[in-house]
Amino acid sequence: MADKLISKIPDGPLAEKWTRRKSEIHLVSPNNKRKLEIIVVGTGLGGASAAATLGELGYNVKVFCISDSPRRAHSIAAQGGINAAKNYQNDNDSVYRLFYDTIKGGDYRAREANVYRLAEVSASIIDQCVAQGIPFAREYGGYLANRSFGGVQVSRTFYARGQTGQQLLLGAYAALNRQVAAGTVQSFPRHEMLDLVVINGEAKGIIARNLVTGQLERFGAHAVIIATGGYGNTYFLSTNAMNSNGSAAMQCYRRGAFFANPCFAQIHPTCIPVHGDQQCKLTLMSESLRNDGRIWVPKKLEDVEKLRRHEITPSQIPEEDRDYYLERRYPAFGNLVPRDVASRAAKERCDAGFGVNETGKAVFLDFSDAIERLGHQRVAERYGNLFDMYEKITASSPWKEPMMIYPAIHYTMGGIWVDYDLQTTIPGLYAIGEANFSDHGGNRLGASALMQGLADGYFVVPVTIGDYLSKKFAEPKTDISAPEFAAAERAVQARIDRLLGIGGTETVDSIHKELGHIMWNYVGMARDADGLKKAISEIKALREKFYASVRVPGTQFEFNQELEKALRLEDFFDIGELMARDALERGESCGGHFRVESQTEDGEAKRDDEHYMYVSAWEYKGEGKEPEMHKEPLKYEFIKVATRNYKD
Amino acid sequence: MEFNLKIWRQKNAKAKGHFETYHIAGIESDASFLEMLDILNEQLIRDGKDPVSFDHDCREGICGACSLYIDGRAHGPDDHVTTCQLFMRHFKDGATITVEPFRSAAFPVIKDLVVERRAFDKILQAGGFISVRTGSAQDANNILIPHDTAEMSMDASACIGCGACVATCKNGSAMLFVAARVSALALLPQGRPEASRRAKAMVAKMDELGFGNCTNTRACEMECPKGISVSHIARLNREFLKAKFRG
Repeated sequence: MADKLISKIPDGPLAEKWTRRKSEIHLVSPNNKRKLEIIVVGTGLGGASAAATLGELGYNVKVFCISDSPRRAHSIAAQGGINAAKNYQNDNDSVYRLFYDTIKGGDYRAREANVYRLAEVSASIIDQCVAQGIPFAREYGGYLANRSFGGVQVSRTFYARGQTGQQLLLGAYAALNRQVAAGTVQSFPRHEMLDLVVINGEAKGIIARNLVTGQLERFGAHAVIIATGGYGNTYFLSTNAMNSNGSAAMQCYRRGAFFANPCFAQIHPTCIPVHGDQQCKLTLMSESLRNDGRIWVPKKLEDVEKLRRHEITPSQIPEEDRDYYLERRYPAFGNLVPRDVASRAAKERCDAGFGVNETGKAVFLDFSDAIERLGHQRVAERYGNLFDMYEKITASSPWKEPMMIYPAIHYTMGGIWVDYDLQTTIPGLYAIGEANFSDHGGNRLGASALMQGLADGYFVVPVTIGDYLSKKFAEPKTDISAPEFAAAERAVQARIDRLLGIGGTETVDSIHKELGHIMWNYVGMARDADGLKKAISEIKALREKFYASVRVPGTQFEFNQELEKALRLEDFFDIGELMARDALERGESCGGHFRVESQTEDGEAKRDDEHYMYVSAWEYKGEGKEPEMHKEPLKYEFIKVATRNYKD
Repeated sequence: MEFNLKIWRQKNAKAKGHFETYHIAGIESDASFLEMLDILNEQLIRDGKDPVSFDHDCREGICGACSLYIDGRAHGPDDHVTTCQLFMRHFKDGATITVEPFRSAAFPVIKDLVVERRAFDKILQAGGFISVRTGSAQDANNILIPHDTAEMSMDASACIGCGACVATCKNGSAMLFVAARVSALALLPQGRPEASRRAKAMVAKMDELGFGNCTNTRACEMECPKGISVSHIARLNREFLKAKFRG
């Protein structure tokens, strides 16, 4: 089976690979495009931009989303910005530097060729978005403004206040709407994919549940694109939207698509800390805040005690008694170290007893210096809406006292394995955006998720899918009465019947919360072999408890949010287990994956290139059976692999 | 904290709805309104009852999914927030809180507090875009846009499509929603070529879908969670009139 892992990376110099691949790809003529049908699942930046572009090219596209409108996909919540190698700041940025920063930020676990292509098309994304009318921030001369993000030393991030994801998604959604109006794209909101249909080894359609009527519906196509985002909600508490899930990816996995690097999950350093136990969702504070905010905890434990007892306020602690620990440990990058480094450093201080709130799980992000340096107005322009949002949630004003922040699960670098064309191990099945694994290695840099979603959707998959479809235009439309469709529908029906028939007393959320505890405790910021083994066995036990005691109220044939959640939780069990297995196999510390057994004397992550310089790709072997791990070795031909150093 | 919740229950689009009252206790003042409903639903499920359906997703005030009409106001008593960003500290302990769906002829109820807002997608499909092909754009810095113009466009473009404006308007007008989009694009040089045509097409679609007329009460602006100004309606009207004169 390992021969399925052919990455199809074109030969030749790095900078020529994408051009070379494009020139090899067979074209599909306009009259043949009209005969071809493509299903796109998900309408975030990747899905919406892919569906719009494919529709514009003349294909027949059906696009699905679980929310009431494509515009609500979780890309909308991305705050800080989007990277592009424009070098508009004349700070010696280039495609190569964006490529290099992304590979290094990913801790040398991403493919060179894919990442280079990402950097290469990044500039076109900004052009496209401006042409669509996205109101990026401007300088007074009318030129586009930029800011910096973690893990880089140039200013290459474009932004629209703290709502960049919203604006980019509205652009892609507008492009999608234009195609819906033109009749090339059909939109199916409130539809949830529940299985992939594979016929003769090729992806030919999906089974979806109409979330309003509850009916199962069959949809056939010549190719299927998965753009359903990441699986961060396995942890229950994360910055993901409540309905974000990994189910489509798991359905593809169970139908034969390999799943790559599941253990690489990103824990974002700047989230609003957890309050109490009634919370269901964590709120991110944009990384852009680290441009001007300084992170600290008190140097003295007695100050920590006083803070927790509310006897003093943070601003009363004098400068010399503050530990700006990122600036202290990483002088070259300071507060702008990559996310994984910043998160671990916060955990280290809190574990040492310096956490500044009652739970001991919070550090300060302080803007007093920035306000003094830049003035109220400029700080308000940059971060005003984020300050407001923080104050709404916490009832504390960042203008007066520092924010309190703590790391939380935010993004998953792992995902469905894809080759250079973004095709999975199932022919005709593609995965784009966060749903695939391809570009971020062990850790994603800030403002790169938006870049990847739009790169894949606007510029990569609409081209590469042509190579597959150029061989398919003579094939008739997929017959949804085929036995494979009937069998897939029966299997989904059986899952639903089983869940509705359990009739226990536990709620889906309460069991999901338990899964979240297992994941955070054993597959969180610090992982070790014993804990990971425990996680695998505890998840198994929890799955049994779920099937014995959950109560899914209502019926199938109605709007039933509990049934939706129960189906997703079934898949979160599988993902959680797979994450723990992968984390156990990967004995090194790398990017967002920190193995306690693999660290330097001063507590920094210790990567092991000799043994782990590969992509792990997991193959499903059947229910209750252990999956098999395959390895795609990573070769670095163009850059020198080095230990990540953000100290000097 | 504890509350009496008077909540609209409706089995499906065709069923007749009614209010039901639930008592809930042990709520933290820092809990959000939707977290409180989560807790209520936990309780209902454990008691063998049907949980209350409501739309929600990001819980950060940006996706626009949540859409509750609380004590007679879209998104409840706090100003300029979505329902998910409304916190229980804004209510009196022991209060009775009335919770309804957004009501409008163009937003039929699907179940309980969940409504169908597909009409918004349809209005935007009528013209809420700039017709640019993927890959055909010029270099981004070839289009200079003054800082303040970009900021104004951003103000309009902050609309999250939640429908609070429609739910608030006594006529059920979608004028603020339409104006926000028309204005965001009309302010920018890229959006000028189609500005009048866009305004005309979107207004026509709005009328066709059963939204009411704007009578300038400005109630929409008051309840918009993103504080979108009615001045955008004036800009929409200018574009609309231009289109009319051109025929």
